[in-house]
Amino acid sequence: MKNIVPPHGVDEKLASVESIMEGLGEVGYIASRRIATALFVAQNLSKPILVEGSAGVGKTELALSTANWLGLPLIRMQCYEGLDESKALYEWKYGKQLLYTQILKDKMGDTLSDTKGLDEAMERLHGFGDMFFSEQFLEPRPLLKALREEHGAVLLIDEVDKSDEEFEAFLLEILSEFQITIPELGTIKAVKPPLVFLTSNNMREMGDALKRRCLHLFIPLPDEKLERRIVASRVPDIEERLRRQLVAFVQALRAVDLKKLPSISETIDWARVLLLLHADSLEIDMVRETLNVLLKFEQDIEAVERDVAELTRKENQA
Amino acid sequence: MQQTLENFFRALRSMDVRISPAEAIDAHKTVDTVGYGDREFLKDALCIALAKSEEEVGSFEECFDMFFTREEFQDRRDSDNPSSSDESGDGERSESDQDLIGDQELAQLVLDGSATDMAQAMERAANEANVANIRFGTQRGLFTRRILDKMGLRDLELLILRLKRSEDEGASDLAQRLEQGRRYLFEEARQFINRQFELYARNAGEQLREEFLLETRLGAIDPRDAKRMHRIVRRMAKQLATKYAKRRKHTKRGVLDVRRTLRRNMAHDGIPFETVWKQTKIDRPKIVAICDVSGSVAASARFLLLFLYSLNEVIATLRGYAFSGNLIEISDILEHKEVEQGIPEILDKVGFRPTDYGRSLADFTENHLDSLDRRTTVIILGDGRSNNTDPRTDLMRVIHDRAKSVIWLNPEPETFWGTGDSEMQRYKAFCHVAQHCSTVKDLERIINDVLKTYFRA
Repeated sequence: MKNIVPPHGVDEKLASVESIMEGLGEVGYIASRRIATALFVAQNLSKPILVEGSAGVGKTELALSTANWLGLPLIRMQCYEGLDESKALYEWKYGKQLLYTQILKDKMGDTLSDTKGLDEAMERLHGFGDMFFSEQFLEPRPLLKALREEHGAVLLIDEVDKSDEEFEAFLLEILSEFQITIPELGTIKAVKPPLVFLTSNNMREMGDALKRRCLHLFIPLPDEKLERRIVASRVPDIEERLRRQLVAFVQALRAVDLKKLPSISETIDWARVLLLLHADSLEIDMVRETLNVLLKFEQDIEAVERDVAELTRKENQA
Repeated sequence: MQQTLENFFRALRSMDVRISPAEAIDAHKTVDTVGYGDREFLKDALCIALAKSEEEVGSFEECFDMFFTREEFQDRRDSDNPSSSDESGDGERSESDQDLIGDQELAQLVLDGSATDMAQAMERAANEANVANIRFGTQRGLFTRRILDKMGLRDLELLILRLKRSEDEGASDLAQRLEQGRRYLFEEARQFINRQFELYARNAGEQLREEFLLETRLGAIDPRDAKRMHRIVRRMAKQLATKYAKRRKHTKRGVLDVRRTLRRNMAHDGIPFETVWKQTKIDRPKIVAICDVSGSVAASARFLLLFLYSLNEVIATLRGYAFSGNLIEISDILEHKEVEQGIPEILDKVGFRPTDYGRSLADFTENHLDSLDRRTTVIILGDGRSNNTDPRTDLMRVIHDRAKSVIWLNPEPETFWGTGDSEMQRYKAFCHVAQHCSTVKDLERIINDVLKTYFRA
């Protein structure tokens, strides 16, 4: 098995909101106070966190950064329509079972050759136990893996709103008790409860039962100050003046009536692009050419293009 | 502290944040780990445990701020009445006063209790008087009185009366100070109740109004409630949408899909480890809605259209038509225009003219009959009053034969059907369902039934 050194001081690291904010900052995730509080409460109450917010505000990133900071393995499960327990929980290794039966066929013949009659052969077979439905033939999928991590893990159930309602119901046991039931093996309980994040884009309303079992964290679009810090942490090479301007530009853009508002990930992408183009301040032409990094819909780009000059001028003066 | 949290839950519930017992337990646990020391910390932590959606976060923050600042009473020592403490000498009460007051708590409190003491006493009295049950603005006086009674106002008043009658100089002086204190007490109690009312009952009136609107006849709804109605109908449509958005497939256990099973198990040498069962696909609901917007149903036309709007959000394949004298398709307007512009536009185009059902049905069968097939449900919203023109029941039969079902929703009660120029009795023969439908509740029930027929396996 893997030889991971048990991560030290996970509990200590999560002991206060300040240390969480600081720690996440170290790995490049600038957390608001509320996000840090959510982690703190989740740790103390042993509850999963349901993270909501529009695309690109850092829902998935939160889980990744947390795992990174705590030194815990991250186990990620992407949800989609039609996801079922054989893909999420466990699967029997059919191929291996089949192969073994073939190989063991002769051996079995030998073992059973000196038995008299069917009954006795059967009796002897029973003596071997459940050979083919044992742990060796179990293929653990994300959820089971997360439960079996000895030193805990960060389990990310991504875009849970895309899964079916039946799957949502199936998640309830693992979310509230941190255990699952496999008919052939019995109930498996978590060695150490993992830290669970569920993310949702609100494609559909999640059921009350699921919501009730989770803490709820809504991540809004950041304010100007926070966004500046985030850009500074993610794109450290960018100049102070440009950073100030581009964040102000994006903030102004969010006030415009758009189909899809640019979120943090777009701001960061844009900052990277501007850095690549060796920009040192916002220029109208450059903004116009790189607008497609920020806005993902043709109509939005058209709508903004007209105002680019004005927006840019305003930010340059600021 | 338990009581404080319970009251807080009640305040939250009054603002439409749903809190189940399980969440209440979580909140208690959260408070246990977080403590009451750091206000912002407590707010963040409780918010995470209790608010379950973006809207609820907003309500929660507002409610939290209101709830946990209410104990701030004015400190009257500094502002109102600086002289009183000087008089009694370094805050020590003279012994003669003490004798006169005896062991009356309230008198002692109004005389020289601190603002905090006063706040605590009032809070206790409020709990005893069940102030959290306050619902209406008119109850404010009642609850103020109850709190004051619980605090022992009666005894205080008797005391003041007794002191006034007494000849003693010190006594009448004390009586004056007590009266001053009582005024302060009244004022604080009034403020306190106002805050409590804000906290527990702000939305109660609104909720009551909405419940009332659900049961009101569409035609009788006041135009000033239009916004509210819009919200109600929206919410209803959203509920229906979430209910029927999913579940397109039904696994039918028992019939093996041989082809797909073999395909799935090729990796296992064709040995069927994984079985695939045949599935029944469920048709998407296909609905054609035809809405009467003529003069005779003028009052309800607006709401019927509003309803079509909401229905359009639920069902992707809705086709809408509106008519009075003639009939036009409004699917595009429903799809692309906002409600505020769309409804006037439709009414402008075809609304409020004398009805001609025959002509409208002819328009429909001529131009739009291809929108009907055996999976379509036709919903007709109208009163069936055709101004004595030819009702063209033959066309109704064509529609009836072609569609999966025809549902007629009539805002008039059944006893009026067939009276005067109403052709309802004749049309009724060609409807699978003809129902009286006059309130939002009726609408919801009927549409729910329609959708159900599509999703039943």
